[in-house]
Amino acid sequence: MNSHIQEKRGRRLGITYSAPMGLWLTFFFLVPLCIIILYSFLKKGLYGGVEWEFTLTAYRQMLNPNFMRVFLRTLWVAALSTVITITLALPCGYAMARSRHQVMWLALVIIPFWTNSLIRIYAWIAILSSEGFVNEALKALGVIGESLPLIYNQGAVITVLIYMYIPFAILPLFTTIDKFDFQLLEAARDLGASKPESIFKVMIPNIRSGIITAVIFTFIPIFGAYTVPLLVGGKDSYMIGNIIVDQVTKTRNWPLASAFSLVITVVSTIGVIWMMTSTASERARLKAPAQVVDANGGIT
Amino acid sequence: MGKRLKGFDVTVKDVSRAYGSFKALDDVSIEIRKGEFFSLLGPSGCGKTTLLRIIAGFDSPDNGVVLLDGKDILPLPPDKRQVNTVFQSYALFPHLSVYENVAFPLRLRKVPAAKLDAKVRDYLHLVQLDNHMDKKPSMLSGGQKQRVAIARALINEPSVLLLDEPLSALDAKLRQNLLVELDHLHDQIGITFIYVTHDQSEALSVSDRIAVMNQGKVLQIGTPYEIYESPATDFVARFIGETNLFPAVVKQCVPYEDYYMTTLDIPALGTEIKVTDYDNLAVGQHVSFTVRPEKLKITGHQPTRVGKDINLFRGIVEEPIYSGFQSKYYVSLENGTVIKVIQQHANYMDEGPDIDWKDQVFVSWSAEDGYIVEVVDS
Repeated sequence: MNSHIQEKRGRRLGITYSAPMGLWLTFFFLVPLCIIILYSFLKKGLYGGVEWEFTLTAYRQMLNPNFMRVFLRTLWVAALSTVITITLALPCGYAMARSRHQVMWLALVIIPFWTNSLIRIYAWIAILSSEGFVNEALKALGVIGESLPLIYNQGAVITVLIYMYIPFAILPLFTTIDKFDFQLLEAARDLGASKPESIFKVMIPNIRSGIITAVIFTFIPIFGAYTVPLLVGGKDSYMIGNIIVDQVTKTRNWPLASAFSLVITVVSTIGVIWMMTSTASERARLKAPAQVVDANGGIT
Repeated sequence: MGKRLKGFDVTVKDVSRAYGSFKALDDVSIEIRKGEFFSLLGPSGCGKTTLLRIIAGFDSPDNGVVLLDGKDILPLPPDKRQVNTVFQSYALFPHLSVYENVAFPLRLRKVPAAKLDAKVRDYLHLVQLDNHMDKKPSMLSGGQKQRVAIARALINEPSVLLLDEPLSALDAKLRQNLLVELDHLHDQIGITFIYVTHDQSEALSVSDRIAVMNQGKVLQIGTPYEIYESPATDFVARFIGETNLFPAVVKQCVPYEDYYMTTLDIPALGTEIKVTDYDNLAVGQHVSFTVRPEKLKITGHQPTRVGKDINLFRGIVEEPIYSGFQSKYYVSLENGTVIKVIQQHANYMDEGPDIDWKDQVFVSWSAEDGYIVEVVDS
């Protein structure tokens, strides 16, 4: 009959459908975020809390070189852990997608979630500590005489972070690889691509969305990590998450804690936006192949 | 475009491939000539796709050799063979435009930009996709995707093009058009085409030669005419076109002109029939007899003059199927056996509709139009 009445109705229904989600996000995300933004511009209360007085003190305090060092370290740890996690998760997802026993592998990836994450971190302490499983085993085999410093350092933090977040990378990678048409790899080989070329030029671009999801799912929680550096890290493993906890519970500087929380939110948001725009530009690039010819021609 | 490439011959010798206890290919030998349009024809699971994948390099045989231009290609990986494939599902790269899909093989070889651009445009022109080069594969119709796949497979200038049921995903009309286009393309480019299909009419209409396969074996290799008119086995006779096929026993075999007039006893027809054959068959030999439905004549009245080499039967029309250019009748003979008859409606005023359901009819064919398919041992 007439399509734009239907379209209007459709749009109105769209709002109805998204209302629960909208309300949820407003109350549990937007409102708390606003409170955090507000607190970061207020004066710190003597025993925690805030005084209603506008000030930029929190941000001035944040520029302290010690804090800057923690910020950069957090960025570095998160980036490194994410890269390693994705590198390990890709072949895992690939193997799972090609396996006949997908359900079993999926179960094995998910089962660790049945145990509380704190308990799993303590298990790592039992494995890595100086009287832990690894050191005792190596000593029993006579490989080492004295315990290796496997725990309470940066390496332990990164190892455990990778362990904690690798399922979040494997799952989205598995789902996209599972949907990938493997005949495309044969087509690539047929057209003259070597095995690695077929993977990097055909498979990786086609599972891009899965890789992006995996990066977001690992980088963002690792950037805000708090328990892992606290339990298996050393003096120089402090991350932003730890600073925030300290500012809330020990130093009782809520505005500073809020400012650091905002930093995490902003970095995460920048990451997400960057990923989204890079996919958009990728799409735009494909719409103008003639330009690509020139651009690539210069390089090759 | 005067593009002419060099085709190679392909020799498949004693190739076998088993998956567990399933024999996909059982001692297959085929010689495909330079520049030939060669079809591998058979039902699904007959091994034709396995053979294609072995030639392409995606599968390797348990034993046997595959020679391309006389050289063994089995040790080579797919990317090192002068062979390209058009896949059944096209396998176009969804993340690349039509242009980039076709350019893909050239980019791998790091062909300079100007040369690459000219060549890609050339091949897109060859398959008439000049106006679609910026589109993504998902925006194309089935026929267009197919053309992209062909251009992409040809741009490496292979000596042999493998086509794995390339038309099976398209509707009937488009299939016909693209088949003719493929045939033109083959004539134009001059390379060897190996075409895998389960559709006998496709294979008959474009192939120079056909290998009919079933259950991992090659049953017959020949021109479409040979395959249709002189099928080597019962299976070939049944699979190619439609036919009436009966087991029979040789009653008599006497020289007649430059062949033999053979009398067969056919229990299904309840009588003896006459058929000409080039071989002098022994009396008592078990054979299969076939006669194509379009070679049968159907009339409403008894023919007045019947030659001595005419086989004539009386029957009732059980099922007339009118399809415009022809009618097909299932005629139940007096002893209950059903025989298929196809009558062409070549002239406007043909008596087409005057044979109707339950009409009594006479079915006849000349001894020369029957064919002895297979000599059954035992």
